[in-house]
Amino acid sequence: MPLSVEIEFSGGAELLFNKIKKHKIELPDKMGVANTWTIRDLIGWIKENLLCERPELFVQGESVRPGILVMINNIDWDLVGGLDYVINNNDTILFISTLHGG
Amino acid sequence: MASAKGIFCESCKEKRASIKRPKTGQPLCQECFFAVFEEEVHQTITQNGLFNKGERVAIAASGGKDSTVLAYIMKLLNERHHYGLDLFLLSVDEGITGYRDDSLESVRRNRDQMGIPLQIVSYSQLYGWTMDAIVRQIGMKNNCTFCGVFRRQALDRGALLLKADKIVTGHNADDIAETVLMNVLRGDIARLQRCTHIITGSDGAIPRSKPFKYSYEKEIVMYAYFKKLDYFSTECVYSPNAYRGHARTYLKDLEAIRPSTIIDIIYSGDSLSVKAEIKLPVQGTCSRCGYISSQELCKACVLLEGLNRGLPRLGIGKANGSNLKEHIKKLQLKEERERESLRGEKEGELEEERVKEDQLVYGGCKEERGLKCSCGHKTDTLSLQTENISLEF
Repeated sequence: MPLSVEIEFSGGAELLFNKIKKHKIELPDKMGVANTWTIRDLIGWIKENLLCERPELFVQGESVRPGILVMINNIDWDLVGGLDYVINNNDTILFISTLHGG
Repeated sequence: MASAKGIFCESCKEKRASIKRPKTGQPLCQECFFAVFEEEVHQTITQNGLFNKGERVAIAASGGKDSTVLAYIMKLLNERHHYGLDLFLLSVDEGITGYRDDSLESVRRNRDQMGIPLQIVSYSQLYGWTMDAIVRQIGMKNNCTFCGVFRRQALDRGALLLKADKIVTGHNADDIAETVLMNVLRGDIARLQRCTHIITGSDGAIPRSKPFKYSYEKEIVMYAYFKKLDYFSTECVYSPNAYRGHARTYLKDLEAIRPSTIIDIIYSGDSLSVKAEIKLPVQGTCSRCGYISSQELCKACVLLEGLNRGLPRLGIGKANGSNLKEHIKKLQLKEERERESLRGEKEGELEEERVKEDQLVYGGCKEERGLKCSCGHKTDTLSLQTENISLEF
């Protein structure tokens, strides 16, 4: 079963995604390996499939660039496992940039 | 290992935690996070004596996250703790199409939502130049120098219009830590020494303070997010400052490894003292506009002079460049000639006194700035504008 997930970008992060804030996506079944998607996998998927420009402003290594906050169903990702969090069907995942002017 | 359900708030132990505080690592629910964030800012304000009852306080408002949260918190704490302050939003319109015009819209929404009066001062009013026009002259390189120098004065002048006793800015802990790093990297000892001060400008200009000195950027953004505050987030369309960008990235990388890095750098900055034998520039006033300056002419006047003479690169780079020295000499000669002719006039000395006073308060009449003052001299528009302050409600 593919996973249905809502992805949101705000705080300026949306500028890297054609200024589109909300994206409803389906994560396909994985072949051959355990059929789970972690945030780490999702960031790689976003980089390949959603990111429109300047990937270095969003991705750093296998994570997001420091200064981008991640909220999973309204909870700080640092509280639910960070990169290793296993995504559930209908999760909402929000990326907020703190790197834009104040 | 935390489950998908998350963990409980360490403070109330009832609700599910929503945020891990970077400063302490504590998991907190939304309500407990609001309470502790607000209380810390209140403590910062009271322990440092930032305000006195009855003062008029101008909140420097860009429409971005920090100043939006600052305006919200100032209003909230002012009411909750009876500070007795008159609050105003003060915005600077640099004249950057597609950036500042949009962010000013966001400030206007703040004005309406929070019910705080707003004053906007613009570069074109104050200096006769918009940033768009400056960039057409100077190009994409170095234009941040103009913008930064002009903004500093513009805020002071706007605050004078509002008859404000204090200015508050939304500089947060991350910003201050970054500035400490920048000043170390540039060897700017004078700034390094004062950049962590929570209050600056008590030496003549309107005192400025930073109630968010100890507030992490992450917490400010989380606060805005949970409170659904309306802010504007776009990069300036003119060249992001590359050097500062590196410093910020470095700081964020360090923070990811050890979150207390931010507060530790501020602590280092606070604790540094400069050796007695190090010569620091002496603060005086600009001989032309009366603004605080460590040089004969303040940076804004030098930059403006260059712009108006079609030599926009004049004030860029080291202040002791030969170009500038020569130029200051010329300017001094010119000023002397002007003074001579003033003395020749009837009531010459009185007039000189008046001009001096004018300069102290409003930056005075500037021949170079094109418009005519009510006294007949050419001037920038500021002294004209003081006659009919327009507050937006």
